[in-house]
Amino acid sequence: MARIVVITSGKGGVGKTTTSAALATGLALEGRKTAVIDFDVGLRNLDLIMGCERRVVYDFVNVINGDANLRQALIKDKRTDNLFILPASQTRDKDALTEAGVEKVLDELSQEFEYIVCDSPAGIERGALMAAYFADEAIVVTNPEVSSVRDSDRMLGILSSKTRKAERGEGGLPARLLLTRYAPERVERGEMLSMEDVTEILSIDMLGVVPESQSVLNASNAGMPVILDEESDAGQAYRDAVARFLGEDRPHRFLSTQKKGLFGRLFRG
Amino acid sequence: MKGIFDYFRSPRQGSAKVAKERLQVIVARERSHRSGPDYLPALHRELLEVIRKYVQVGDEAVQMSLENQGNCEILEVNITLSEPERQE
Ligand SMILES: Nc1ncnc2c1ncn2[C@@H]1O[C@H](COP(=O)(O)OP(=O)(O)O)[C@@H](O)[C@H]1O
Ligand SMILES: [Mg+2]
Repeated sequence: MARIVVITSGKGGVGKTTTSAALATGLALEGRKTAVIDFDVGLRNLDLIMGCERRVVYDFVNVINGDANLRQALIKDKRTDNLFILPASQTRDKDALTEAGVEKVLDELSQEFEYIVCDSPAGIERGALMAAYFADEAIVVTNPEVSSVRDSDRMLGILSSKTRKAERGEGGLPARLLLTRYAPERVERGEMLSMEDVTEILSIDMLGVVPESQSVLNASNAGMPVILDEESDAGQAYRDAVARFLGEDRPHRFLSTQKKGLFGRLFRG
Repeated sequence: MKGIFDYFRSPRQGSAKVAKERLQVIVARERSHRSGPDYLPALHRELLEVIRKYVQVGDEAVQMSLENQGNCEILEVNITLSEPERQE
C-alpha cells in the first residue's frame, strides 16, 4: 500500500508544484518508488518543472476515462530512478476528475508505488478537494504573507473535515507546514512574518523552511527539480524537508542572513 | 537601495508585527465559525439587523463565540454599543 501525500495550500503561486517536484524527486533519490500526480486540470505545469513536457502522450483524465491505461500514461523520469510522473489533462472540463475515477487510479498506483505525491491546484474547488480527499497526510505550502497564511488555515479546516479519513471518523488528516519563499533579511528587518510567527498563528508542525532563491527560477527554466541542485540553498532546504518527512530529526537552516556585513555584526551582535 | 541607517533600526518593529496580530484575530474568528453550526453567520447578521433598529452600530458590534463546557454548549454573544477607540 502506498502512502498518499497531498501538497496543497489554498492560495495559488506559493510553491506547490515546486514542492511536489522536489519531494517526489527526493523520495525517489532515497530509493522509495514514487509517483507524482498533477491534479491541476486545465493548467498542466508539473511536466515543465520535471522537464518531461515533450514526453506527455496520455494524461490523468485519459486514464480515468479508460482511453489509456496507467502504464501508457505514466512517464518514467529520465534523471532519477524510482520516479514516475502522471501529467494533468489540459481539458477545460473541470468535472473530469470524478471521485470514483481518482480512487481507481490511486488504488492501482498503490499496488506498485511506495509514495504517491498529489500536486494540488489552487483554490478550494473540486480539483483541490479531489487531490486531498484520498490522502493519508498533507503538506500545506505557505508563504510568510497574510493572505497565504489565512488561506492555509482555511485549507487546514478542509483537511480536517472534507477528506475520506475525516468522513470515516478516522480523525482529521495529519498536516505539516512547509514555509517557502522565506527571506531572512526581511524577517530580521521586521518586514516579513518569521517562522515562529507562522507556527504560532497556525499551531501546526513545521516540515521545513525554504528560502526565497534564484535557484528555483533557474531550476524551472531548465526543467529540473530544484532539489537536484545540491549547491543551492533551496535545494538543500528541500533535502532537509525530505529527510524530516522520512522521520529524521534535522534542525532548520537558512533562517538567518548568513553573511552579516560589518554594521550588522557591530549593531546586532 | 537600503542605506547603512537601516542597520540602526531595532529589529521587529516593521509591518510583520501588525500582520501577525491581524492574522491571529482573523484565524481565531474563522476557526470558531468553522467549528460552529451553519446557522451562526445568519444569526450574527440578524442580530445586527435587530440591534440597528434601535442603535447605530458597526459590523464589529456583535461578537459571538461558541464554547463547549462538559456536555453543555455555550453561545456567548457580546454586543458593544459604542465602538471602543481604535488601537491601531
Ligand atoms: N523558494 C522559492 N524561491 C523563489 N521563487 C520560488 C520559490 N518557490 C516557488 N517560487 C516561484 O514561485 C512561482 C510559483 O511556484 P509554483 O510551484 O508553480 O506554485 P503553485 O504550484 O503553488 O502555483 C514560480 O515562478 C516559482 O519559480
Ligand atoms: Mg501548481
